[in-house]
Amino acid sequence: MTSTALSQPRPSSQLQARSRRFLRWLTAPHVILALIMLAIMFVMVIIPLYRLVATTVTWGASDLPQHPEAVEGELTAYHYIRMLTGRLGSIYTYAPLRHSMTVAVGSTLLALLIGGSLAWLVIRTDLPGRKLINQLAVIPYIMPSWTLAQAWLVLFKNRLTGGTPGVFEFLVGQPPPDWLSYGPVPIIICSALHYYTFFFLFVSAALMSIDSSLEEAGDLMGANRSRILRKITFPLVLPAVLSGVIMTFSKVMGTFGGPNILGTPVNYYVLATMLRGSLGIGDKADAFVLAIVLILFAITTIYINQRLIGTRRSYETIGGRGFMAQLSKLGNIKRLMYVAVIIFQILVIALPLGLLVYSTIMLKDGNYSFSNLTLQHWIGARGTIYNNGEPGVLLNPKIYTTAWNSIRLSLWTAFFTALLGVLLGYAIVKGRGTRLSKLVEQLAYIPYVIPGIAFGAVYIAMFARKLGPFPPLYGTFALLVIVSVAKHLPYSSRSGVSSMMQVGRELEEAAQVAGANAWQRFRRIIFPLTTSGFTSGFLLTFITTMRELSLIILLVTPATQLLASQTMFYTENGNDQMANAVILILIAIVALGNFVIGRFSRGGSLKRGLGM
Amino acid sequence: MATTITIKNLTKHFGKVVAVNNVSLDIKAGAFLTLLGPSGCGKTTLLRCVAGLEDPDGGEIYIGDKLVYSHEKGISVPSGKRDLGLVFQNYALWPHMKVYKNMTFALEVQKLPKEEMQRRVKESLAEVKMEGYEDRYPREMSGGQQQRIALARMLAYRPKVFLMDEPLSNLDARLRMDMRSELKRLHHISGATTIYVTHDQIEALTMSTTIAVMREGVLQQLDTPDRVYHYPANLFVADFIGNPKVNLLDGVITSENTIDLGSFKLNTDTNHHTGTVVVGVRPEDIAIASPAVPEAIEFRVYSVLPSGAETTIVARRQNLEITLKVMGISTIKMDDPIWLKFEPRAINVYDKESGNLIVS
Repeated sequence: MTSTALSQPRPSSQLQARSRRFLRWLTAPHVILALIMLAIMFVMVIIPLYRLVATTVTWGASDLPQHPEAVEGELTAYHYIRMLTGRLGSIYTYAPLRHSMTVAVGSTLLALLIGGSLAWLVIRTDLPGRKLINQLAVIPYIMPSWTLAQAWLVLFKNRLTGGTPGVFEFLVGQPPPDWLSYGPVPIIICSALHYYTFFFLFVSAALMSIDSSLEEAGDLMGANRSRILRKITFPLVLPAVLSGVIMTFSKVMGTFGGPNILGTPVNYYVLATMLRGSLGIGDKADAFVLAIVLILFAITTIYINQRLIGTRRSYETIGGRGFMAQLSKLGNIKRLMYVAVIIFQILVIALPLGLLVYSTIMLKDGNYSFSNLTLQHWIGARGTIYNNGEPGVLLNPKIYTTAWNSIRLSLWTAFFTALLGVLLGYAIVKGRGTRLSKLVEQLAYIPYVIPGIAFGAVYIAMFARKLGPFPPLYGTFALLVIVSVAKHLPYSSRSGVSSMMQVGRELEEAAQVAGANAWQRFRRIIFPLTTSGFTSGFLLTFITTMRELSLIILLVTPATQLLASQTMFYTENGNDQMANAVILILIAIVALGNFVIGRFSRGGSLKRGLGM
Repeated sequence: MATTITIKNLTKHFGKVVAVNNVSLDIKAGAFLTLLGPSGCGKTTLLRCVAGLEDPDGGEIYIGDKLVYSHEKGISVPSGKRDLGLVFQNYALWPHMKVYKNMTFALEVQKLPKEEMQRRVKESLAEVKMEGYEDRYPREMSGGQQQRIALARMLAYRPKVFLMDEPLSNLDARLRMDMRSELKRLHHISGATTIYVTHDQIEALTMSTTIAVMREGVLQQLDTPDRVYHYPANLFVADFIGNPKVNLLDGVITSENTIDLGSFKLNTDTNHHTGTVVVGVRPEDIAIASPAVPEAIEFRVYSVLPSGAETTIVARRQNLEITLKVMGISTIKMDDPIWLKFEPRAINVYDKESGNLIVS
């Protein structure tokens, strides 16, 4: 009896040992980091989402005047009934939802057609000038997404909305038909011409990784070219195509710019524009119901897509092994195809830019005589009859403030995104296989499936008033930084994980054995080895933040105006020429950033930034 | 200077898999202990537990008198405070640092004076015959050179214990030969207690003072290379060590000192055991008698495989197949009859059911 008691450690020392072991686990650097990341994501993603849902299922202060029976803060299905049933439901929810689906499906298909065929031509045929085409193909994505919509208006606007005639009417003498000027057709075309880049990049990477002997085998067995394409090539690039579908669909669903420029003037509302509209009326809860509808639709679509692909893996790395591919001969139509592709690229890059430039040097919109050319909108004086007395953009202190806001926001966002990338990457890779690591990875993925404008709405819900330790951040610059960083989380974690995977755990362990503490390991081993990932992540985020509109449109105030939102306000006030001038400034800054990427970061490229 | 390492009842799980199962090892000061086993046997995990890179979930580890890990007491001394060096399979040289910086990293952590660092780097590079390579980046060297630098990096901070995780497996066959003798020499000079992980039995046999054979996380035998080779503790060890493989013949003990192997009876010590057994005999321990001697058994040559210094012969008698090895090029031809003589001294008898050695 006594001997057994002696061999057993006393309960108190057992407890002590257990707490020591727990403390050791808790103080492991990757566990600490993972817990910090969890806390950050909890505040940035989970609480806002919770607040969003909570607002829609409780009575708000603004409901009280019409509903004497309501008690503020009590549960109610009122907002859902109001927004999802009856006449209001069909106007506020179902019509915009239908429009959103039309636009999203249409743009996705058209983008797939353009991007897919362009990728095939560039990678798999003997088309001349492929390198040039390859480089030009990415440019539309670098421009803000609503550039094309704005250029479309310059070209095709008619008098439907009581404005001035567009270039088309001036050249042809006839106003373009309404369906060509406004509504779903132009929205679809403009979105597709922007987002086809996803398909181009994904599909060309997939095509590059296909061993052409697979196709040659089909060839030897007597299949003709179209049969090989259908039966062999297409199934092999299918995962890449589906990845493109997910990305494009979810982006278009949440896009605000294009639909606002080309749809709103003729009351063609999509969920994104309706969401902002109803926020403008002041009924937050109703707008949030729309945001939830939008989020649910995006998630459902992505979920179905993922079931089709099988796993999420397929849109992580699509290996670029680079087999020597047998190129298809285009034969007689080689020249013709080359000319056609180049003309297409000019149409989607140079023409819109040219139109925008041209519109900014017309004194009066719609007057196409030479005598109407002016630099008023660029360097005009203050207090003229033009632009509500505002000076030209280059002399306009407001524009400088706005540009500085944009640059500041992009720099902060880029910095935090890149930093979080390294930290998330470390926490996830070091803890690979543990539940904690999986949880961090999954949480970081959530913002990916929430459309941009809905994400903005989520943040209004969270930070409009004081909540626990968080002050009401609405209207502050910090809120813009937070929301931008949060929206970039999926990108952060993916690029962070991939650059951390390249480091290899032995390199850190070697330092650990050598006696270096966590900070020394980070400073001397991990950070230096992930610099290239950090830099490319930084520059890339800078660019995407610069031209982001949907995410921040609900959150900017006059004091925190950004270039992107400024163009939209000019457009909405009928100052199209000022809007176009600001877009051009924005494009110039982004182009400069992109040039820097190409110049200073060897590993960094747009492709890599898209997670490829 | 050299220190002992004591491992008591060490256990480590990965999920439901038991990577290391209740392993105890007493490693003498200055020993060269090799953890040997097939991939997945837990040898690397055990090494990483000693290094402090993996937290075991049971048992204790002492380095010298110092308790560096104890599950029961909740103690785990961080890797860097265990005074050991580790050479990784893929070298793990920091690619962004030149050789000099790679080697002084640990010394900087210890805050040694600069002159001392320079002296140590010079000395250690000389020890691995890599003088003058201070300014190279790792990628500017061949695999063999990187390997030497990885060794020098460890030598430079003079740990009490050397740990090596399959350090030679990424080298080509010739270089591996050279490095074996270099490593053995290095151990001889430094006298540091060394734990060496490998799946290569030749490395284990040629370099170690002690071999610990592991299988599925369980220690199978802890012994000198000589004893592990000649007296494998069980059938797994017997089968794992030796090239060509040991002959394992099923038999039954019919009477004291007689084992019936089916096609013939073997007279050997059975030490009062009975029942079904497995007889293990190394290919080189079977003598070929021609002309025949009385106790020799007649076999027919099935195949002859000369390889320069030695010749492997496969011989059959009914359904019994035996591999034997003779020095030099043999004049024996395929289908020749040969007479084999089994040395009772060289025969190990294993219990068929448990696989354990019962008579040696």
